[in-house]
Amino acid sequence: MRVAVADVTDTSAPAAAAGRPAARARRYARWRNSAVAWLFLAPALLLFLYFKFIPMAQGIRMSLYEVRPYLGDRWVGLDNYRTIVTDRTFRAAIWHTVLLASGTTAGSLLLGFALALLLEGQARYLWFVRSAAFLPVVTTMAAVAEVWRILYYPAANGTLNGLLSWIGVGPEPFLASEHSSLLSIMGVGIWRGAPYDMMIFIAGLAAVDRTLYEAAAVDGASVVRRLRSVTLPALRPVFTILFTLAAIRGLRVFTEIYLLTNGAPNGSSEVLMTLIYKLGLQQNDLGVAAAGSVVLFAATVVLTVAVRAARRRGAAG
Amino acid sequence: MMRRRMRFGQQFDTALGMTARGGLVAVVVRTILYAVIVLVFAGPLLMLLVGAFGRIADPTGLSLVPHHLTLDNFEAAHRRFVFHYLLNSFVVVGFGLALQVAVSVFAAYALARKRFRGAALVLLLILATMMLPEEIIIIPLSVVLADLPVVHLNLIGHYAGMILPVGAWGFSIFVMTEFMREVPVELEEAARIDGAGELRTFAQIILPMCRPAVGVIGVFGFTMIWDQYLLPLIVATDPTQYTLPIALRTLRSDEEVGLGVLLAAALLSLLPSVLMFLGFQRQFMRGLTSGAVKG
Repeated sequence: MRVAVADVTDTSAPAAAAGRPAARARRYARWRNSAVAWLFLAPALLLFLYFKFIPMAQGIRMSLYEVRPYLGDRWVGLDNYRTIVTDRTFRAAIWHTVLLASGTTAGSLLLGFALALLLEGQARYLWFVRSAAFLPVVTTMAAVAEVWRILYYPAANGTLNGLLSWIGVGPEPFLASEHSSLLSIMGVGIWRGAPYDMMIFIAGLAAVDRTLYEAAAVDGASVVRRLRSVTLPALRPVFTILFTLAAIRGLRVFTEIYLLTNGAPNGSSEVLMTLIYKLGLQQNDLGVAAAGSVVLFAATVVLTVAVRAARRRGAAG
Repeated sequence: MMRRRMRFGQQFDTALGMTARGGLVAVVVRTILYAVIVLVFAGPLLMLLVGAFGRIADPTGLSLVPHHLTLDNFEAAHRRFVFHYLLNSFVVVGFGLALQVAVSVFAAYALARKRFRGAALVLLLILATMMLPEEIIIIPLSVVLADLPVVHLNLIGHYAGMILPVGAWGFSIFVMTEFMREVPVELEEAARIDGAGELRTFAQIILPMCRPAVGVIGVFGFTMIWDQYLLPLIVATDPTQYTLPIALRTLRSDEEVGLGVLLAAALLSLLPSVLMFLGFQRQFMRGLTSGAVKG
């Protein structure tokens, strides 16, 4: 209230007499404004500090030590990182993570785009099909993983194998074989990722200028040509966003693998997060586990920044 | 001429230019295609629904056709404390969501309606937290939770350990901030001239205007907290503290109903977020697009 009064004096009183107090009042108003802002931000900043930034700093610190509860930590420099780079299990896990993340990302993008093209439109039945297809996205991951573990049952009379036998394929071992475990997990990831991408693509398609379609038709362009020259360029930013989101999500995948195979058989589906979990929380090798987390974080940051930079360059050129 | 225009208009409504009309073959092909899509994506969940109410002892028995309807699976689930886990989940999501929404609304008010030094830095910090999901910091987080710096509290084995870390979420704050920026300044000024203080302006002018956005962050916050896996897994020290998603692993078979108990429990674990989606689809779609744009 005092602010309003000060403003009134500022405009009505002679400038020379009111100059000083008005300036002070303005300063006070500004100070009060930022005090209120910081007060309203305090809960969020405090929670972020405790549960994001302090753990991050702690993680970097731990990655440089051999963490020994009760004995005191021992400085080991970059030894933990060296372990990650040289250890066979870790290298395999990194490779599996990259494979799984790229496979799931590419599969979800392609299938999601195809679904978006097929299910775009205002009709009521299309809305129904879209909603039904979107259900996997809102389903708890733990429940999804348990259902797919059952569907993937490797015997000939398992649910999915039963379906495959109709078209004369199988029986497949799915999660039970070293050769197909990662692919099977990828299948679940795409099943849950594609409908998400579809919905975003549909939102993007709705924003495409309709007159361009009409102009293309007038020019005698085929549907394929129209897709290539009008739709795809318009959707490029959507592709970039979805790619970044999916890749980052793919890198930190944990729940589905923990529940579907937990790295088995024979480490063929071990990814970084399951390995970090095992090392840190079951074998208490906290230093190496922390180093693994830092690597994962670095990969996330690099990926995000690289995509942003590429996008900016693309927009400029 | 008019009719031609309309047909043309419809043809350019979608990228593929498919219209509801067309020959019989086109209609049949499209119907089959839609049926396949629904079956592929909703089928496994329908099987889960059917199986939860059926007699399924082993993993080969899933199907879309219900047979021998029974509630035995839920009785077995009750015997195995599934409803206790469900209650745990609701406690965590209830307190977690209340905290998350309150924190987001407060922070968004400062970011959207106040000009102060350091605002850009705060935005950058919040953006940074979105690159630090629970999974990536889980190892040091478990250490921090066991002994919070300065206050020296141990949250391992307490529900607070599952609730506080999800109390602030960058996505919610951003969605809320974006929305609050749209509220006209005149409303706020009018309230101020009427003598309303900071808190009253916030609670009686800004907040009611933002009800739709609260719906969006509420729906997303609910699914986000409900789907937490790794965090409750490291915080719970005793099975009685398990939330339903992490309890599923311990319910894979039962001596009486076999697999049925898992299906019943899994159904209960996915029902809340699916119902949330079906009930609040509009909010969901809005959050989805704004979230994706934010990256």
